[in-house]
Amino acid sequence: MAKKELFFWITISCGIIILAFILLPLIEMMTAPSFSMLKETIQDKDVVRSIWLSIYTAGLAALIAFIFGTPLAYILARTTFRGKHLIESIIDLPIVIPHPVVGIAILSVAGKNHWLGQFFSEIGIRIMGSVTGIVVVLTFVGLPFYVNAVKNGFESISPRLENVSRSLGASMFSTFSRITFPLAWRSMLIGIIMCSARAISEFGAVVVVAYHPMIAPVLLYERFESYGLKYSQPVAVWLVSVCLALFLILRILTLRNTKDE
Amino acid sequence: MIHIENVNINLGEFKLRDINLSIEKNEFFILMGPTGAGKTVLLEAMAGLIRVHSGRMTIGGKNVTKVPPEKRGISIVYQDYALFPHLTVLENITYGLHFHKLPKKESKQRQNRLVEELNISHLLQRLPTNLSGGENQRVALARALMVNPKVLLLDEPLSALDPGFREDIRIGLKRLHKSTDVTFLMVTHDFAEALSLADRAAIMNEGKIEQMGYMKDIFQRPDSTFVADFVGMKNLFMAQFRETKAIVNGLTIELGTTPENSHGYLAIRPEDIVLSREKLTSSMRNAFSGRVTAIVDHGLYYEVDIIVEKVLFKSLITKSSLFEMEITEGSEICLSFKSTAIHNF
Repeated sequence: MAKKELFFWITISCGIIILAFILLPLIEMMTAPSFSMLKETIQDKDVVRSIWLSIYTAGLAALIAFIFGTPLAYILARTTFRGKHLIESIIDLPIVIPHPVVGIAILSVAGKNHWLGQFFSEIGIRIMGSVTGIVVVLTFVGLPFYVNAVKNGFESISPRLENVSRSLGASMFSTFSRITFPLAWRSMLIGIIMCSARAISEFGAVVVVAYHPMIAPVLLYERFESYGLKYSQPVAVWLVSVCLALFLILRILTLRNTKDE
Repeated sequence: MIHIENVNINLGEFKLRDINLSIEKNEFFILMGPTGAGKTVLLEAMAGLIRVHSGRMTIGGKNVTKVPPEKRGISIVYQDYALFPHLTVLENITYGLHFHKLPKKESKQRQNRLVEELNISHLLQRLPTNLSGGENQRVALARALMVNPKVLLLDEPLSALDPGFREDIRIGLKRLHKSTDVTFLMVTHDFAEALSLADRAAIMNEGKIEQMGYMKDIFQRPDSTFVADFVGMKNLFMAQFRETKAIVNGLTIELGTTPENSHGYLAIRPEDIVLSREKLTSSMRNAFSGRVTAIVDHGLYYEVDIIVEKVLFKSLITKSSLFEMEITEGSEICLSFKSTAIHNF
């Protein structure tokens, strides 16, 4: 066997450092709370309510992304037009904007000084300090992840399949439901998971728009501020468990996807 | 059957200009041209998949210029087959039946006939990803013909196949064409394929149709230097015409007839130029002696370049005649060709 070069050992060392950097704090935090504390925490109604609210609002954000993002992703994947790159950049904006800025930006149009905010309050929709507000914020930050994932999914389907389907007598709608959708659903599922994973981790933007009702990251922050590290850890463990479960599903789906090809 | 009149298509960088084409019912028509000539674009426009900017298209007398693809009755088979990867072979073949109201008995009969003719009965429950190129090709054909289209468009159906399979599929295509009353329009690069399948063809170049007509006319009497070059008329000369004679760079060639134009082009197929050790007279009206400047190996045959005075002729001969005549680079050789082998335009 050939002797490994120095370069090989450098790459291995860097890899180990990075893995340790990610895993060490997480493992430390996950193993810090005792079982009794974890049990006590999950019996705490506030904790359960906040985690449930997090999952529920993130899921709603993903659903909205699915409904409105799918047609947009399809157009972006199938057509070329002047200004397409600009639209793609706009869709990516929520990824690069600092999180509290997102919250402040949303409040700027949802407040009483803006016609949109006035309109919403007239029809009885409240953004500030409401579940609706949380969903709006989470949709804002999660949408790019959905649109990009699904756009890639559509791009990987040959337009010739749709052409053949049309020539065999299928309308545009039948073609989408019989050919495009069955071939793209996995990328939609991945998009939904990416979008909701991103949404569930949002703190900065939500805390500006809605401190109450409390989603899990806000509760976590409050526990940390009021009672210290020891009391925030068990909440964190439960939240991370939920995120990990989402991540795991994503990995299983993408792995199965590559195996098919 | 199909009439395309003054069709223009604008796809930004690429344009199809002033396309006129007419294809008879039940014809096997060939579309040829170099890569990027616009052949696939024209097919997709005929199928209604690309919007036509101006002009008119009729199928069986009906104006279909603005008719959506699903209502045209035109099936398309792509080079990469474009089988639906999530459906089995059987589901692929019967896909079109969801949208065509046909009596069950009739569709079942057609399905059985196509499955048998294309020899795919053992594949019906498999997924396309597990099939070979030739099998995919036959499934794509069955799927396209299942809906009994008026026209079948074939976009280079044989070019992605192994040479051994091509022959089989070509024979299969010819048989399918005979057994159905479907009009076939096929894009190909291969002249042997074109000649064995079709009576008429069109040659496309840079978004235009250069020439349309009978295969043998295109091969023997090209209208333009592009077509002459494309169909392998390697001897293409600019010439002055004086009565029945053509003067090419000082060399006088007997045409046998008097051209209408005073100057133009003269084209001779390389296989029509006969080489010999001794000067041939007899019915060969043109005989010259020259020097071999190059011999190029093309596998089954050799291209021999001969310079006569200042004119370079290219001839194709078999390996055996090359050795029999002991032709080597620099050797003196006689060449001759009938005046009827000369095409001038």
